[in-house]
Amino acid sequence: MAKTVVIQDINATGATERNDGWWVEPLMVLGGLGLFIVYATWAAIQGEFYAMEKVEEIIIPAGANAAEFVRPYLSPICSPDLPRWFPELFSWYQWSPAFLILPFPGAFRATCYYYRKAYYRSFFTTPAACSVGGQPSPLSKLLGFTKKYTGETQFPMYFQNLHRFTFYIAALFMVILAYDAYQGFFGWEHIGYADGKNFHVGVGSLVILGNVVLLGLYTFSCHSWRHLLAGKLDCFSCSDFTSKRFDAWKRQSFLNEHHMLFAWVSLIWVGFTDLYIRLCAMGIWQDRILF
Amino acid sequence: MAKKSYETKYECHTHDVLVIGAGGAGLRAAIEASSQGLSVGLICKSLLGKAHTVMAEGGVAASMGNVDPDDGWKTHFRDTIHGGKFLNNYRMAELHAKESADRIRELERWGAVFDRTEKGKIMQRPFGGHTYRRLCHVGDHTGLEIIRTLQDKGVHSGIDVYMEATITHLLKEDGRISGCIGYWRESGRCVIFNAKAVILATGGIGKGFKVTSNSWEYTADGQGMAYRAGAELIDMEFVQFHPTGMVWPNGVKGLLITEAVRGEGGLLTNSEGERFMKNVDPERMELSTRDIVAKAINKEVKEGRGSPHGGVFLDISHRGPEYVRKKLPGMYRQLLEFADVDITKGPMEVGPTTHYTMGGIRVDADTAQTTIPGLFACGEVAGGMHGANRLGGNSLSDLLVFGRRAGLGAVEYANGLKEQPQIDDADVKAAVKELSQPFERDDGENPYAIHKDLQELMQSKVGIVREEGELKEALDELQTLKGRAKNIAVTGARQFNPGWHLAIELDNMLIASEMVARCALQRTESRGAHTRIDHEGYNEHWGKTNSTINANGEEMVIGQSTLMEMPDDLKALAYEEKK
Amino acid sequence: MAKAEATFHVFRGEAADAESGVEASGEYQEYKVPVEEGMVVLDAMHYIQGEDAPDLAVRWNCKAAKCGSCSAEINGKPRLLCKQRMDALPLDEPIVVSPLKTFPLVKDLVTDVSWNYKMNAAIPPFQPKEEDTDKWEVFENDVVRTQEFRKCIECFLCQDVCHVLRNHDRKDAFAGPRFMVRLASLDMHPMDARNDRVKYTKEEAGIGLCNITKCCTEVCPEDIKITDNAIIPMKERVVDEFYDPVMKVLRGIGLAHKK
Repeated sequence: MAKTVVIQDINATGATERNDGWWVEPLMVLGGLGLFIVYATWAAIQGEFYAMEKVEEIIIPAGANAAEFVRPYLSPICSPDLPRWFPELFSWYQWSPAFLILPFPGAFRATCYYYRKAYYRSFFTTPAACSVGGQPSPLSKLLGFTKKYTGETQFPMYFQNLHRFTFYIAALFMVILAYDAYQGFFGWEHIGYADGKNFHVGVGSLVILGNVVLLGLYTFSCHSWRHLLAGKLDCFSCSDFTSKRFDAWKRQSFLNEHHMLFAWVSLIWVGFTDLYIRLCAMGIWQDRILF
Repeated sequence: MAKKSYETKYECHTHDVLVIGAGGAGLRAAIEASSQGLSVGLICKSLLGKAHTVMAEGGVAASMGNVDPDDGWKTHFRDTIHGGKFLNNYRMAELHAKESADRIRELERWGAVFDRTEKGKIMQRPFGGHTYRRLCHVGDHTGLEIIRTLQDKGVHSGIDVYMEATITHLLKEDGRISGCIGYWRESGRCVIFNAKAVILATGGIGKGFKVTSNSWEYTADGQGMAYRAGAELIDMEFVQFHPTGMVWPNGVKGLLITEAVRGEGGLLTNSEGERFMKNVDPERMELSTRDIVAKAINKEVKEGRGSPHGGVFLDISHRGPEYVRKKLPGMYRQLLEFADVDITKGPMEVGPTTHYTMGGIRVDADTAQTTIPGLFACGEVAGGMHGANRLGGNSLSDLLVFGRRAGLGAVEYANGLKEQPQIDDADVKAAVKELSQPFERDDGENPYAIHKDLQELMQSKVGIVREEGELKEALDELQTLKGRAKNIAVTGARQFNPGWHLAIELDNMLIASEMVARCALQRTESRGAHTRIDHEGYNEHWGKTNSTINANGEEMVIGQSTLMEMPDDLKALAYEEKK
Repeated sequence: MAKAEATFHVFRGEAADAESGVEASGEYQEYKVPVEEGMVVLDAMHYIQGEDAPDLAVRWNCKAAKCGSCSAEINGKPRLLCKQRMDALPLDEPIVVSPLKTFPLVKDLVTDVSWNYKMNAAIPPFQPKEEDTDKWEVFENDVVRTQEFRKCIECFLCQDVCHVLRNHDRKDAFAGPRFMVRLASLDMHPMDARNDRVKYTKEEAGIGLCNITKCCTEVCPEDIKITDNAIIPMKERVVDEFYDPVMKVLRGIGLAHKK
């Protein structure tokens, strides 16, 4: 039988005695996050087909009634559509609204306590998995992480400490996204949908609703929010108010345990929602109205 | 002063008070001695905080009355005496009952976090043999909480901690203690401690038995060393078998199922599905004392109503999975992970397991001093407190109460000495030679083999139920084992060599085993944890008599001494009918 | 039926010792061990001690995952030897058992973990707000967090796996997950009087060096959610005190508690 050799340098890339598939998870994360980043960047650069409210935003089959194809749908990666809301303010702006929007949820996810684990392992590979050696990946070298390890104490990792502010913005975005979801059901009249009724349920309405629910679960299962709710308290029973906060904390803690799950499902669903609207707007796929 | 020759040859440390053993009792003693401003050394065989105290699950008994306000030290005293079948050192039982609540409050002040009542006080649960709900607890890891609290307190008390050192010999000068000698487990090198007072807190003797809940450290070091140094021991026949240790599967064999499982409503049944405790103790049923439960289980198994692997069934699953997981989290997880047994779904197979030694070194109740001036003992290694049987929860409180008292006693003694006692060169030389012997034999006995044979012997012939013929056979075989032990050879170097460690420890285990067997043979009655099938029931003479053990050269002398009589007021308490 | 047999590759070696002239050494030795039902790896180590290598050094005490002594690495994963069931391991290849790699080797499976005890001793002890505990009113809800942390058995597997200690060797500046848990248990204790624990956590224990790689949580045999329940909440408390400009303003105008 083969001899087991003593590892001389436990820091060498991949140095480990683990014989399970430790590389599977970081690879999947690398693939999954990478795919989303590439897709979102492409979608942002593409700069159109992210909404279906106006006839000129969508491709309509020849000879069809355009009014039957408009939808009160807006892709979450372009919401709020600031140039449309404030045309005068943004008259100079000629690119996709995604570039104005994405940095905020992007920052929320980039400083998220789950994603930190995910990309430190998958993208920076120091280490890629537990008890596996790892030298800095090209990406971490690019960011200058080759000298003495300083964790999250110095620029740029210093900003990880400000995760809560990205949460505040993300929570604000939830209001806007909830408005978008509401529009998906109750915003059909003013965009001039064919039958003139204001309420419809399209497949897209449900997709957008799913998006806001999943993003809500992800946003409000945040560790910083958990801290603000009551995690910062040392005594829960000391007043009625702190007791109420404790109850909320306990419920939120349940969500928080599933933060990773929500992070992934919401990410995938955001991508899917954009793709769905994009395909419909491009006329490749047809949104069905259920009732 | 000229250096003694041992001082140039070996690592030496000098303290006022030296504590051997860093479980609950040793730590508590060291904290107390140190708080009085003396220089204290604390020696442990393992790393700090790993001692067997961590295994205590059920709780620590103290009559705080948080749940049952009627509880008080008097009831606790009476319960302890009844549990000990009136063979306790009454003064120890009295001090223990009076002081344990204060020791708990002190722990809380030092940062222990007990489970709470709805009124924000320390929660207390019922336990076998206790009249009231009395056991302060933290889920099922109370021992861990206590040792960690004491450890954290201790490391800030200026105590010098010597980890992974085994002490092998106590040293004396003119009949009083002068220090001890041992070796570093890591390097195998000898180390000598000079001290005015030495406190033994080395625990029990469980490793002499085959099915035991005790860890490797339980090798009777304190009992053996004190005996060899000339201290008197008492009542070594009283070895408690925990009624419910796992008998199956192998990965958890010997693992204790805490009484808390029964306290929380666990049911004991035999293969016919009968709750057999109703035949022996219909009132208390599963909450009866340990010896009654252990014997009842033994009876079921012997009469063919046992479980497939020679135990009985213990079932808590009827309380619902959520309740079980909250109240017995450690137990639940441990069994699931170690052995794939889900206690929320079905019964466990349990049977008697060697657990605790009631007997031990004779001590003075108030100071914990042994019969050797300057030598103190507390915790399991000391005898008397628990009489013929110990109530669950009383050992943790014992550690705290008498740990503190030993610390105080040692301080008082040390302060009374005018000068540091001296260690004799010749004693050191002899001890060092003895330690090296196993390396010097080229071909000899394997220590592991002797240990295995000893465990088999003790389990089968000096176990839970005893009989004259078997005890005599056991004593014969013990002589053979002692002979074999003199011829042990070990291989390898002195650095962290477990074979050598075992070879050294076997001596003490053999001495303690002989004590148990000899005392068991002498006590011709059945009382508490000691059961003689050829002498059933109590005997009046033995009810007032302690067994004594002394060394006379190579010979072990077993004797009797009359139990200290209680003062009338305590007697009235002890014999008062239970409400 | 013939019993199954497992092949073990166990690290045998020791640190150099000038006094006795022992040189540093280390290699894997192969041992065969018959497998029994319900067996754990520690049982196998004991079998090897009893049959083949009486001088095989391994720490263990309770054999019930309650003391945290038998920490080692099994097939490269930090584990308690007493908690690793044999039936959960693939037996068709050698089972590799090695000592913790983050701490200096003593001999075979035993390492020198004394650094951890130094870190522990440096943490200021619990200091009660009220000496008379009879006056305490502390409810179960207030201690659930601290109780989780106090389940820690100090096996130091989290310290072993933490890349800040293991790979970057920042023992100079980082106390490690075990002591983040300990600091959290003190800071969240409703009766602890000290208000400098957060500062200690940042400046002495170096919590900023943790970057939430979460390996500590993965290896904890007590299932303490080290990262989610101890480190992250402590990081947030550090943010409150040291990084959050809004909190600073609020404290300045008296709308938030001064620590």
